[in-house]
Amino acid sequence: MTAVARTIRVRNAVAFQVKDCPVLGEREFHDEVVSTVRNGAWIAALYGEGQPDGSVKLFAVLADDAAHELAITSTVVRDKYPSLTAELPQAQAFERDIAEVWRIRPVGHPWLKPLRFQAARTDAPDILTPVERKIGQSPFFSMLGEEIHEVAVGPVHAGVIEPGHFRFQCHGETVHHLEISLGYQHRGVTKALVGGPNKRTQHYIETLAGDTSVGHALAYAQASEGLSRGEVPGRAVRIRQIALELERLACHTGDLGALSGDVGFQPTDAFCGRLRGDVLNLTALICGNRFGRGLLRPGGTRHDLDEARIRKVLDVLDAYAKDVRQAVDLLQSTASVLARFESVGVISKELATEIGLVGPAARASGLTRDVRADFPTGAHLVRPYVPVTATTGDVAARAKVRALEIEKSLDLVRRELQAPWRDGLTWLEPGGLRPHEMIVSLTEAWRGAVCHVARTEATGHFACYQVVDPSVHNWFGLACALREQAISDFPLCNKSFNLSYCGHDL
Amino acid sequence: MFEAFIARLQQGHRTMRYPDGPAPELPDRFVGRPVLDKSGCRECGECADACPVGALTVVDGGPQLDTGACLFCRQCELACTHGGVHFTKEHRLAGARREDLIVKPGPATIAKAYSEEIHKRFGRSLKLRQVSAGGCNACEADSNVLNTLAWDLGRFGVQFVASPRHADALLITGPVTENMLLGLKKTYEAVPAPKFVIAVGACAIAGGPYRGHAECHDGASGTLKVDLFIPGCPPHPLTILDGILRVLGKVEE
Repeated sequence: MTAVARTIRVRNAVAFQVKDCPVLGEREFHDEVVSTVRNGAWIAALYGEGQPDGSVKLFAVLADDAAHELAITSTVVRDKYPSLTAELPQAQAFERDIAEVWRIRPVGHPWLKPLRFQAARTDAPDILTPVERKIGQSPFFSMLGEEIHEVAVGPVHAGVIEPGHFRFQCHGETVHHLEISLGYQHRGVTKALVGGPNKRTQHYIETLAGDTSVGHALAYAQASEGLSRGEVPGRAVRIRQIALELERLACHTGDLGALSGDVGFQPTDAFCGRLRGDVLNLTALICGNRFGRGLLRPGGTRHDLDEARIRKVLDVLDAYAKDVRQAVDLLQSTASVLARFESVGVISKELATEIGLVGPAARASGLTRDVRADFPTGAHLVRPYVPVTATTGDVAARAKVRALEIEKSLDLVRRELQAPWRDGLTWLEPGGLRPHEMIVSLTEAWRGAVCHVARTEATGHFACYQVVDPSVHNWFGLACALREQAISDFPLCNKSFNLSYCGHDL
Repeated sequence: MFEAFIARLQQGHRTMRYPDGPAPELPDRFVGRPVLDKSGCRECGECADACPVGALTVVDGGPQLDTGACLFCRQCELACTHGGVHFTKEHRLAGARREDLIVKPGPATIAKAYSEEIHKRFGRSLKLRQVSAGGCNACEADSNVLNTLAWDLGRFGVQFVASPRHADALLITGPVTENMLLGLKKTYEAVPAPKFVIAVGACAIAGGPYRGHAECHDGASGTLKVDLFIPGCPPHPLTILDGILRVLGKVEE
C-alpha cells in the first residue's frame, strides 16, 4: 500500500486541479506544516477560504527552496484549530489574518490581535472584542517596571511616508520590545480581486504596493498565463525581466541613499536620490510611466523595445553604473558611516530562518533565499541566477547586499538588452482561465518574494486571489532587529528594511 | 573627505533649470492630458465601457473624461474606433476646481490652478505636511522625489516638514481609507490656520482604483475642502511641481 500524499508538490507558476490538493485532518495538517518547515521550507502563504456550509478551508503554501518545489496542503476547520505560531513564529501574521477575517481561533497563538483591522467575511460569532478590532485601540504588548516607558510613533510619521503605528517598550534608551501595528492602508483589495479578472484587476495588482508594480504585475501575469496555459512571446519575457531588474536598481539605489541620509552622510544621499530618478526614467522610456504601470499584461507586454530605445537605455545605464559605484564606494569607505551601520539591528541566520525572512533582508543574514534561483521562471530557467549574500545580518549587511545586487541587476539588464533580438510580437491574447484550478506564482521583487495564489471557480473567474507581499514576512524582522537596540537606531533599522505598508495592508 | 569632494566634482551640478529653462523632457510614451473629439462619435459607449473606474462618460453626443478619476491607462483611447480620445504629452494637469478637471470635446485647455489668496499668504514660503491615507507609495515617492537635488523644491521656498504644526498645507495621497480617516482629520486639525489642502493622484481626488470600496472614502473631498487637485496615477513629479508652482503663482498659467 502506498502512502497517501499529504501535500501536492508543484513548480512555480504551474497550475493544478483544486481536487488534487490534499485535505488533511486538523492535527495532520498542523504536523505536516510544522515538519515541512522544520525541514527547510518557509511559509509562502497561509490563508482561509470560506465554505458554503460555514466552515473555513485553510491552505498552506510552503516554499521548499532546496527542492525548487511548492508544497501545498489544506484542512477544513470550524471555529478553532491548533495554532502553528507557537511552533513556527513565521506563521504569526497569517494566523492573525485568518482570525480577523474568518473568526477562527488559532488556539495557543501567543499574541492574537488583528493584522490589518479589516472587516470579517463571515457571520460566525466573533472571537475578538470590539475594542480589539478597533485600530489604534487594540491593546499593545506592554512591559511593567518602575523605569519602563512606552514610546508611541505614528500612524503619521515625520517623513513623506505611509502610515503605521510603532509602539516601543523602553528602559532608558534601550528598546526591549517593538510592536508594529499596521492596517491604516487597508483598501480591501483581496476581497475586490474575487470575481476577476475584470477591467480593474490590472490596476489593483499594480497598486498592491505601488513601488513594486512590476514585481506584482509579473506575479499576476504568470498566474494568469499558468491558469490559461497561455504562451508568452520571447521578446516579452525579456522586456519583463528588464523591467523587474530596473525596478530593483531604482529601489536599491534609493535605499542606499536613504540609509546614507539617515546617518547624516550627505554626498551619497544626494547622488543616489538623483540616480534613482535616472533609472525610474528608463522605465518611463519603455512604457511611459516611471513605475512601470501598464507595461506588463497577462500574455506579454503592452510595449516593445526598438533599436533606439535599447541604445538609450544602455547609454544611460553606463553613466548610472559609473556614478552609482562612486556613490556606493564612498558610502562603504567612510568610517563614520560604517560605525553607524555595523552591529546595528542584527538578525542572525537562525532567527531569519525561524521568522521566515525573505529578500535582501534574508540574504543579509546569510540565507541564499531568492526566487530567481529557487523557483526560476522566464530567462532564469535557462541561465540560473546565483544569489548574493552577506553574513553579519546588521544594517551594514543589508546595505552591502543591495550594493552587490545593483551590480547583479546591471549585468542582467545589460545582457538582456545586448543579446540579439528576434522580431516578433510582445503580446499573445491569453485564453480564458481554466475552471477549478489553483496556481501559486512567485517572483523575486526588490523587497523579496512576492507570492500570489489564485483559485478559479466553474466559470474560470477568481474564487480566491491571495497576495503576500514580502513585507508581510519582514515587518516582524524589523521588530526583532530593534530588540536591545537604542531607540535612536530605529530610523536607520527601518530604512535598512524599507518595507511596504500598503503591500502589507492590502 | 577628499574622496567626497572628488565625487561631488564628478557627479556634477544636476539641478534642472526649469522653470527658468526648459522643463525636463518627458518620454514619447508619456501619457498626459487627453484631447477629445466628438466629430465621429456614434455614442457606441465602448470608450466608457473600457474605463476601469467610470471616469469616461458619453454626454451630449461625445465623450467626456474626468481626469481627476482617470488612471491614464489609455483603455478608452484603444477602445474608440474613430480616434475620439487622444492622450497628449501635456503634463500640466492640476486644477483648483474639481469640475475643471473634466475634459470635454474641443481644443486643449489647461485648468486654472492659481489662487490669489494662496499666492498672497504662502507665495514666498510654503510648508507642506504629507499624509498618505491608503496611497500605494507611488504618489508619495513622486512627491518625495521633489526633495532630491534634481528637482530641489527648496529653491521655490517650498518644503515638506515633519510636523503638521509647522505646516501651511496638507498634501494628501491615497483614497482615504476608513482606518486612516481619524489620523487624517487629526493631522488637518493640527495644522494652524490659515491652511489649505492639496490632493495628489487619482486616489486622493476620486478614489482611484478603489473607487466605491467600502473600506475607502473615494478621496479627500468628502472629508476636507480641497484647494488644489493634481491628477495622475501617479502624477509625474513635473505635474506635481507644476501644480504647486501654479497655485502659488510662481509660473504663468
